[in-house]
Order: sequence, then structure tokens, then C-alpha cells
Amino acid sequence: MNTETKIKTLIVKKPLKLDCGKTIKDFPIAYETYGSLNSKKDNAILVFHALTGDQFVTGINPVTKKEGWWSYAVGPDKAIDTNKYFVICSNVIGGCMGSYGPSHKDPDQKIFGTNFPVITINDMVNAQYNLLDHFGIDKLFSITGGSMGGMQVLQFISNFPNKSKTVIPIATTSSHSAQNIAFNELGRQAITADSNWKDGNYTSKNTNPGKGLAVARMAAHITYLSKKGLQEKFGRKLQEREDLKFGFDADFQIESYLRYQGSVFVDRFDANSYLYITRAMDYFDLAKQFKGNLSDAFINTKAKFFIISFTSDWLYPTQENKDIVIALNSIGADVGFVEIESDKGHDSFLLDVPDFLSALKNFLDKSYEEN
Amino acid sequence: MKNEFQVIADLIEKDKKVLDVGCADGTLMKFLKDNKNINIRGLEISKEKVQECIAKGLTVIEGNAEKDLKQFPDKSFDYVVLSQTLQAFLNPELVLDELLRVGKKAIVTIPNFGYWKVRFHLLFKGTMPITKTLPDEWYNTPNLHMCTIKDFFHFVKSKDIKIFKSLALNNLNSSIINESNLGVKNLFADLGIFLIEK
Repeated sequence: MNTETKIKTLIVKKPLKLDCGKTIKDFPIAYETYGSLNSKKDNAILVFHALTGDQFVTGINPVTKKEGWWSYAVGPDKAIDTNKYFVICSNVIGGCMGSYGPSHKDPDQKIFGTNFPVITINDMVNAQYNLLDHFGIDKLFSITGGSMGGMQVLQFISNFPNKSKTVIPIATTSSHSAQNIAFNELGRQAITADSNWKDGNYTSKNTNPGKGLAVARMAAHITYLSKKGLQEKFGRKLQEREDLKFGFDADFQIESYLRYQGSVFVDRFDANSYLYITRAMDYFDLAKQFKGNLSDAFINTKAKFFIISFTSDWLYPTQENKDIVIALNSIGADVGFVEIESDKGHDSFLLDVPDFLSALKNFLDKSYEEN
Repeated sequence: MKNEFQVIADLIEKDKKVLDVGCADGTLMKFLKDNKNINIRGLEISKEKVQECIAKGLTVIEGNAEKDLKQFPDKSFDYVVLSQTLQAFLNPELVLDELLRVGKKAIVTIPNFGYWKVRFHLLFKGTMPITKTLPDEWYNTPNLHMCTIKDFFHFVKSKDIKIFKSLALNNLNSSIINESNLGVKNLFADLGIFLIEK
């Protein structure tokens, strides 16, 4: 079975006008579902993935053969219980797991590369909205996601205020900060500085900017962890050696770990997609869409919000999550907020953090009971 | 549910919007939501308590009343409840002002330092009083600004805050406090409950 047959795809016929001004149509959205939609169609949860995620939320990813990115949170009897809920997740446009992106061909059958239109978080959610029609869902029970997934959650409920009962943005921001943009730019520079990048035309030239992409991943990976977490896990431990070697091989375990993270990432991710998706994150500024007033983004929704941050997340720190809470409170929206104690940094939302998982489960299950 | 909460609940009409500041495990919130169809929100500083509220299906915001009340618009709640916490703030006056800004009315309860058992404890034992409503030792109590029912009564009057109802609570008995019986209530109640408005 080749990769294509493992990926479910919806071809969106309707033209979609992108923020950059271009219009796309007849484009694919790759998606996966878990659990089953009930007869009332009121148990659907739309999950949005982060920068390097994909539609394969849980179980074994059929393409990478690895565990899905949110296996701790999603599955039978888990926080997002697939015995109870119908979970839908799709690959963002600009991505590289089947949805329309820079590795696809243009109408002239040439691979897009950097000729693919620059997309935004707004474009991503507008594209994914088509899945509701596809499944005949009038209103989702919930929308959730962490990091860039959280940005999509915020944008989705702003664009479609009546389309979800509950809204759970996790470890996210309403506006990408200078620091966030700086780290993304570092990653993009690493990719484009790789001589194999070839102005984005590496596929047709049979090369791959793997080294650049690996460095981008390594740099980003550090931002997903906390100093304390790194120190406790690696400290100054040496990698399979008794003493320093006085060279530039990976002496320290942390070096070896980062190199490994970089190398496995290259096998599953497309360098141009990395450029496009980080750009979409950098352009995200929800308040700006409403003349600087974030509250106005949510003025038309009656949805119940639950916002979650983590103590050791310095990439999307608690204050940025709280800014969303403040914007919602100032318009009297129904919003709960909790900051979860964790040493695992921004990645906490992807990991086995029991307080987080129980809060998520309790919020969903209690809200569903009130349905 | 403790009697204090029953008295507070009786002060609130059905179908109102209420903010419970320092809502703890959400016992009062749950009661108001289930029995009086109250649109209820909580603000709570303890992560563990916030989790307990979420497990009860309550909308709660983790936060600190001294810093986080300012995000709520003026008069955005019909009632704001503050149960036995005013004395634990660094600046109780500021918190009281905020409660009355955010709420059309506020319900504030205070452990009464004028209660006869408290007075006797200090008078005869010569050590800091420990009672049912003041269970902690001097070195680990969260209370910074203890006051008596009389103190609070005079304090709100001096700030031109209108008292709709003030109740003295002693075990299961609650009774009205007024200017003329203030001295007696201040001696025999271990808790004061005030419904106020600015």
C-alpha cells in the first residue's frame, strides 16, 4: 500500500480566496477521523494540529509508523474519548501530509515550491471549514488544539462564531511575538542557507535541504522544552563515552538527542512546508484583524471557552494565554482558565501531564453532559 | 454545605449572574448553579481547587483577586461573592472597591474577631485565638487584616457603601444586625455576612 492510499482526502471544489489575494479551487484537504459521529451529529470535535503535526492524531501514523502526535490525549477512554466523541483532524493547507501545499503540482504540472501562495492561519481554517459540510455537521461540540493548533481554534471561532459549542485553545497566543517570529526566521534561514534548497526547487533537482531542515528542527525543539526539563533529563551527561573527546562530535547527550530529533524530522517533513507554515504563524495577529481590539474577535460567539497554559512554557507563556482570557472576560464571555504546573515546557500539551489531561477530560465530559 | 453558603444562597435571586471570588472547590457555585439557575463564574488562586471546580463542570478562572478582578467590566455581575477571604488580602480596601465595581451588589463574609470565644481566648490564655472560623496558628494563618463585625460595619459606612442586609451567624442561627444591636452581635456571632452596594 503506498502513502496515497492511506490518506483520506476531500477535494474542495468551492473557490477559496486567500489572504494574499490569490484564489485556489479544486484543492485537496487530507483528513483523518477517530470514533464515530452519532445520529444527532452533536459529538464532533475538530482538532487542529501544530507546526509539524498532521491529521494522524492518535494510534500509529500509517505513513511514519510512529505514534500519532496527540496519542496521550486522544483515544478510547482518554481525555478526548473516542468512544464518546467523533474526532476530525486535517492536515493544514501548506502542509506536507496530503493537503494542498508547496510539494503539490501547479496547473501546468510543475511542482509549486515557493510559487505556492503564502497562506495564513485564516486560510487554513477557512479551508478546513469545508469538512463540516462534508460530514453534514451543523455545529461541532468542540474545537481544540495547542500552539499553532490553538491559533486556528481562535481564528475558527472568530470566523464561525456559531459553529462550536466549546472552544479549547491550549498553550497558544492571539498574536505571534517578536521572539516567536525570531525563532521561526532562524529556522527558515537554516533551510534557505542549505545549498540543496535550490530556491525551493529541490525536488525537481533531486536534492533535499535535509541539513538546513534538521538545524531548523533542532533550534525549534529547544524552544519546546524548558531549561529545567533539559537539565534534569540531560544535564552534562556524556554520550556513550567516558570523557570529553576534544573535538566536535556529539560529546554531550543533549547534542546527540538534538541531532537525532533533526534527522528523524527530515524523513517526515518537507522543507518548503516548514517555510510556509512558520510564515503563517508569524502573520497571525488576531487583534489586528479587529483594529487592535481582540475582544471584538469573539463578540458574536456564545461558545464556552476553556484556556490552558503551562508554567514552564516560555514560547507561548501563560501571560499570552491570559491575554485571551482577559479579552473574553471584558465582553462577558463564558471562559475558564487554568495554568498547569509542568516542567516539560511548551511540549507539555503533547506529553503525559496528568493534571492537563484530567482538566481537558473533565471540561469536555461535563460540558457534553450539559449538552 | 455549610450554613454560611445557605445564607449566601438565600440572598441571591434565581437566574442571576454571579462571580464567586475565591470560590475554592466550587461547593457554593455548584449549589447556585443547580438550585437557582445561576450563571456562575469563579476566580480561584489554588491550582488544585481550580481542578476540583473543573471536575464539577464549573467555569472557573485561575487567578488572584488582587490582580485579576480588573479584567471584568463595571457592573458585569449581579452579585460578587467573597467568602471569608477579605482579611487575607494585602489590600482589602482595594479588593472591596473592585468587588463593588465589578458587581452590582457584593456579598462579603468575614470571620468575626470580636466573637466572645476569640476575646476569651486572648484574654485568658494570652495566645492568639484559634476557633472554628480561625483555625490556623499565628505563624501559618493566611489572615493579614483581621477585623470584627463592628469594624467592618463602620468601615463600609465610612466609605459610603450601602448595606442592604447584614447578618450575624452563630452555628446554625442567623440574625439581622443593625445599629442598635451591633455590640451584642459583635460579641455572639463568629461570622458576619454583608450584602452591600456602591
